[in-house]
Amino acid sequence: MSNPDFTPEHIAMMKDLLIEHVPHAKAIGMTVEDAKRGEAWLSVPYSEKLIGNPETGVIHGGVITSLLDNACGIAVQLALAERQSIATLDLRIDYMKPATPKLGLMAHTHCYKVTKNIAFVRGTAYHTDEDDPIAACVGTFMLAANRAIPVPVAAEAIKILARNKDSAA
Amino acid sequence: MSEKTLIDVNALMQAIPYARYLGITVDQRGNEITTVLHFSQHLIGNPVLPALHGGAIGAFLETTAIAQLAFEFAAGDASAAALPKPIGLTIDYLRSGRPMDTYGRAEITKQGRRVATVRAEAWQDDRSRPIATAHGHFLLQAADDAPAS
Repeated sequence: MSNPDFTPEHIAMMKDLLIEHVPHAKAIGMTVEDAKRGEAWLSVPYSEKLIGNPETGVIHGGVITSLLDNACGIAVQLALAERQSIATLDLRIDYMKPATPKLGLMAHTHCYKVTKNIAFVRGTAYHTDEDDPIAACVGTFMLAANRAIPVPVAAEAIKILARNKDSAA
Repeated sequence: MSEKTLIDVNALMQAIPYARYLGITVDQRGNEITTVLHFSQHLIGNPVLPALHGGAIGAFLETTAIAQLAFEFAAGDASAAALPKPIGLTIDYLRSGRPMDTYGRAEITKQGRRVATVRAEAWQDDRSRPIATAHGHFLLQAADDAPAS
């Protein structure tokens, strides 16, 4: 997947930056597969501990919620021009079909609009074909959501973006 | 409801690997249940605040809704395989989840033949200050319904 914003080295760096500091994402094995301005592709490998139905081996809907929530947050961070903390306001998920047992999950999210206070995101979860979704989501995020210093990942990702832009100019 | 044999929802939830992994138990008192998301470091989403991961809270609310549905509608032979399946779930994040235990309650607003509508809320030390609420639709698995999965 070629994109103008990130080189493979940058994406490799982002994998660590965006997941290492988020214990829950790390615990379920989330990985940033690809990224560009305002968009993110994340994966979660199939694992026994993520099963929601022990008889069929289908992954729990909550795993998809976690993946989409996290991927939406990353897409927002990648859409922001400057360092800001963000918080999920709401997230709506539609489940189209159960995940196929033994297959890993992918999510592609896109932050398509940023206003002064709110960022708007949508995304899908799938196995290999984005046109055959397992679930779809829309969400909104509050910008500058709290007084705490933002998780450094966002700032780092923006720095990568800026550096990359400078070198492209 | 009073004539029905109550099922052991906690046992049912413990049969779900992901519920066990998140650390969800069900506290059953008479004809009411409260779900508990036991705090653990792997539920953290923002280590700076620190705050629970939105996905973990979402998964907890979804499990709370499913537990309530199972509690009210499952027959004595309830198995994890016959649990209702989520169709859609909307989560409102109201406050950041602090690194402590979280409690959940759900209410079935409407039960149809195939679909049930459920509202769920999660709180920590003060029930009047929920950290998140959710409402969703769930597909009920009737005996004559061939499950999609």
